[in-house]
Amino acid sequence: MAAPSRARRVLAPALAIAGLLLLWEAAVDLGIVPNFLLPTPVQVVMALVEDAPLIAGHCAVTLAEAAAGLALGVALGFAFAVLMDRFETFYLAFEPLMTVSQTIPTVAIAPLLVLWLGYGALPKIVLVVVSTFFPITVSLVSGFRSVDPDAIDLMRTMNASRWQIFWYAKLPAAAEQFFSGLRISATYAIVGAVIAEWLGGNVGLGVYMTRVRKSFSYDRLFASIIVITALSLGLMKLVELAQRACMPWKRAEGKHHDR
Amino acid sequence: MVRDINVEVASGEVCCLVGRSGCGKTTILHALAGLTTPMSGRVLLRGEDVTGRPGRVSYMLQKDLLLPSRRIIDNVCLPLVLAGARRSEARAKAEPLFERFGLAGCELKWPSELSGGMRQRAAFLRTYLMGADVTLLDEPFSALDAITRTEVRQWFVEVAAELGLSALVITHDVDEAVSMSSRIYVLSGAPAAGEPSHVAGTVSVNRVASENFELTDEYLTAKREVMALLG
Repeated sequence: MAAPSRARRVLAPALAIAGLLLLWEAAVDLGIVPNFLLPTPVQVVMALVEDAPLIAGHCAVTLAEAAAGLALGVALGFAFAVLMDRFETFYLAFEPLMTVSQTIPTVAIAPLLVLWLGYGALPKIVLVVVSTFFPITVSLVSGFRSVDPDAIDLMRTMNASRWQIFWYAKLPAAAEQFFSGLRISATYAIVGAVIAEWLGGNVGLGVYMTRVRKSFSYDRLFASIIVITALSLGLMKLVELAQRACMPWKRAEGKHHDR
Repeated sequence: MVRDINVEVASGEVCCLVGRSGCGKTTILHALAGLTTPMSGRVLLRGEDVTGRPGRVSYMLQKDLLLPSRRIIDNVCLPLVLAGARRSEARAKAEPLFERFGLAGCELKWPSELSGGMRQRAAFLRTYLMGADVTLLDEPFSALDAITRTEVRQWFVEVAAELGLSALVITHDVDEAVSMSSRIYVLSGAPAAGEPSHVAGTVSVNRVASENFELTDEYLTAKREVMALLG
């Protein structure tokens, strides 16, 4: 089967989104859904434009919290993954704990973090670290393990040190899985920061959302949803660009996948 | 698995160890390469005991095992770089060899851009650059299609002679054994059925100079002897 043309790949989803927005606009304009419950897309865009300076300020704070948390989560996840790969006992000891820790809903621990750490940026960053650290660790551990054992044998016959085996064989083998983990973590980071802000704080998109909800400005609430989506997509795109830069050999593989 | 194996490789000689699949060929090479330690017995290199000590021989495993994340030149240079050479030094040493190894123009390609035969050549060049006195090759060219295989074998014989390579090749393919080596150890036994493998006999190959060595009487005689020993 031939790959769909570029025009179709762009047009099909664009038309689907446009259709959905039209349906939404019509449903409210025709009075099928009352306007005080659901703002129209046009109203949402207006609200976004009107509140843009205010939203931008909150946005910057949320983004900073998410970025700091993500960076720390990646660093911590990397350290954990390396230790789990290097020491089997460490892996056996922490693997179940890590899985269990991920079943704890973030909304449940966020209020506790606010209680313990106050209304500043710290509880937000900690929540982001907690929710991003796991996907990073898991993807790296399974990436390190995906390396061909024969490749390690070969490097041993070349007198490679443990560090050299890690650098030349294990790390590149884990790159692909690491970046998929990072893509997931990037979206978790934004959502995590927003959730923590809902539950206590003075500034940030979550705080803005709580305020506009309490004043029944649902058009502004929708506007903040658009902003959060845009932030998540932007971060994912950034991860994609980083991946392309870090894995030049993938581009060569892409060109030859028909062989 | 295997018992009482005694294999010798003289300087500048290519020997073959031939046996059926599952008879322990790879186990023997792993032991010779120091990756596994035999339950008894020793591996001697010029009289020095190197049992269980990897890194003393050049070893080419069955798969090419080129690192997908490194360009061909850097893959080939890997043994030099791992030993502490600077990248520019290693490249300078490897580059002149690309021509002879049939890899001219592939220096900056990624492994995924090369065909199976070319990847095998690159793996062989990397093995050569490991620079040990003895080279072990595990079914080096058996994964290739028939035409490429014959070509690459002929090329291997020429290059090995030119470089004065002392090598032990293991294979399950009698043709590969006869066409690549001057002496063949025939391994027989069935370790899976509780019968450890042993060397059933040795066959010398009288390598006559011929365009089509694989069609000469000398070739067929050696092949018949090996087949008889394999049983």
